[in-house]
Amino acid sequence: MNHLNTFLFQFYPYIALSVFVIGSWMRFDHDAYTWRAGSSQMLSGKWMRLGSNWFHVGVIAILAGHFVGLLTPHFVYEHFISSSQKQLLAMVVGGVFGIVCLVGMTILLLRRMFNARVRATGSGRDLLVLVLLYAQLLLGLASIFVSSGHMDGAQMVMLGEWAQHIVTFRGGAAEFMLTAHWIFKAHVTLGLTLFLIFPFTRLVHIWSIPLGYLRRPYQVVRKRQSAVDYARR
Amino acid sequence: MKVRAQIAMVLNLDKCIGCHTCSITCKNVWTSREGVEYAWFNNVETKPGVGYPKEWENQQKWNGGWVRTKGGGLQLKAGGRWRILAKIFANPDLPQIDDYYEPFDFDYQHLHQAPEGQHQPTARPRSLITGQRMQKIHWGPNWEEILGTEFAKRSKDKNFDNVQREIYGAFEKTFMMYLPRLCEHCLNPACVAACPSGAIYKREEDGIVLIDQDKCRGWRMCVSACPYKKIYFNWKSGKSEKCIFCYPRIEMGEPTVCSETCVGRIRYLGVMLYDADRIEAAASVASEKDLYQAHLDIFLDPHDPVVIAAARAEGINDSWLEAAKASPVYKMAIDWKLALPLHPEYRTLPMVWYVPPLSPVQSAADAGRIGKNGEIPDVKSLRIPVRYLANMLTAGDEGPVIRAMERMLAMRAWRRAMNVDGVEDIEVLAQAGLTVKQAEEMYRYLAIANYEDRFVIPSAHREYANDAFGERGGCGFTFGNGCAPSSPAEALFGGRAQTTYQVPPNRQSVTREKA
Repeated sequence: MNHLNTFLFQFYPYIALSVFVIGSWMRFDHDAYTWRAGSSQMLSGKWMRLGSNWFHVGVIAILAGHFVGLLTPHFVYEHFISSSQKQLLAMVVGGVFGIVCLVGMTILLLRRMFNARVRATGSGRDLLVLVLLYAQLLLGLASIFVSSGHMDGAQMVMLGEWAQHIVTFRGGAAEFMLTAHWIFKAHVTLGLTLFLIFPFTRLVHIWSIPLGYLRRPYQVVRKRQSAVDYARR
Repeated sequence: MKVRAQIAMVLNLDKCIGCHTCSITCKNVWTSREGVEYAWFNNVETKPGVGYPKEWENQQKWNGGWVRTKGGGLQLKAGGRWRILAKIFANPDLPQIDDYYEPFDFDYQHLHQAPEGQHQPTARPRSLITGQRMQKIHWGPNWEEILGTEFAKRSKDKNFDNVQREIYGAFEKTFMMYLPRLCEHCLNPACVAACPSGAIYKREEDGIVLIDQDKCRGWRMCVSACPYKKIYFNWKSGKSEKCIFCYPRIEMGEPTVCSETCVGRIRYLGVMLYDADRIEAAASVASEKDLYQAHLDIFLDPHDPVVIAAARAEGINDSWLEAAKASPVYKMAIDWKLALPLHPEYRTLPMVWYVPPLSPVQSAADAGRIGKNGEIPDVKSLRIPVRYLANMLTAGDEGPVIRAMERMLAMRAWRRAMNVDGVEDIEVLAQAGLTVKQAEEMYRYLAIANYEDRFVIPSAHREYANDAFGERGGCGFTFGNGCAPSSPAEALFGGRAQTTYQVPPNRQSVTREKA
């Protein structure tokens, strides 16, 4: 059990994150034509405004919450908020957006499984991603009930320490996970697995959040590559 | 003044016979692939009709094109930048596949393989999307061909605004015309402005608007932002595609496939010089009816030495400047003012223009008392209401449409007098504001329409633009990853190879060769 724990929470994170970074880089460089959001709205727009909007709003808020919550060092926030208050905040915000996300994703999952057009034109990977995300969301929501059993924030601090040890390349990270409830362990393992499959699925569109659009000029004019001046070579 | 050149197109609707050769040749060359079965970079619509996709001209429905803000600036009709990004998860303005039509094909193989039976085997339709049997086809490509469908449906045509549409439902009053449509390669394209990724661009050298397939992320804002609905979402690649103005041909000095194969010889291609600095001002003039004139005003005279000097300073090649002087598009749009832009009120400054069609007089009973406006038959007595054409071509301003049609009628009357009566009727030309020299040229370009008059296309000067050495061994037009149709990496990352479409039970699985 200890070996498995060490593998999953000490080595697996680095395997998953390496594949995530190098795989994404390789796909971007080598196969840019496959890099897309993979929308199927044109084939079946029914329910998309509810499903897709709720899913995305929920999942973005949850992701942002995880980044801030897990990676902010304890000494930074302890002056403003106690661990137990932070845990309560995480449970409430995560719970609300988790429900929003669940509503959206339920619609999207049903649509992907049972809408003939979406099913016939989509790929197995699209379905896999959605099923894994759905399982991950259910585990995350279930962890709220586990957390409500111990409101002191200690478990949350341990999880934060684990994540911070991983991203700062320190040893002994796995020890912080040793005593965690199995739901937390499963949630973290599945989360790392999502990083692992990320470059091979439509999830890559997350890299492409088009915030540059807010700043670029409306019109884009391109000139063909400029002349090579052989005289100056 | 910043001079830029563009290859522009004019379509002489007066001669379009609606044969769809342009659509078919375009389809065979560019969109016979899985994912874009439903897409027609070029299609021909019978007007009046709702068109393809349904009601594409109704911007209350689709929110395409631009609007002028209260402050006098330009904004996409779909909203500002934040609004566009907020629509990215589910675009409320996106047409559905059924607005185009669900693509289908027939089980032709059944005709070969059916066992011996009592009845003749039939080829029944199947959806090319789901592969399922389609019991009844409700809509398809060119469904409204020659006034197909009932008038109640067709009269949703937006060009009927301010026309008493009920009148034209009556058999005696009915009229029709053909409208071939392709990407307008606008000077102020709304698709480019709406693309969150910045993947769509206008080429500086020839003005062709293209989608960078490597940069497109499939956010699909361009599909709804284009008021002409000429951007199509490829469901297989997850990216948008559009008419590429056959740029591999244009670069070689050859006409586009649709133009080359037009049996009616209605298409003209030529260079237009324009002032890029004045685009924004022209697109944002206050009154929609002034947009046509504002558009005309940003074109530059290729004979003007000042323009020529400025063009050379911008690096425009002399062969292009010579072509601009001989441009049939310039003659028709500027010299003779026969060609008019399609829906200038969208404020995109389109670069595919149309010569309005003449039509028969109202009815045989009226023939004896055709209104005559001096020497020229009154264009108001033609079957197609002027107002309808004006709604289509000049944002409702009837003046330019009447002028164009009177000039065409005058040219005909002059030729008729010459050939039938043996007299030179200068009067009729003068009334339409034409000189004999102009009329002779108009006759040559419109009636004879020689190949070399219709297509004046300078070849691209890639030797100046590119390091040709680096392009040796290249493979011209491809999707994505170089010459290989599918690479092992593509399979790894979930890419799907380009295949021609087939009835889905036979949907092609690409057998990959070992690398």
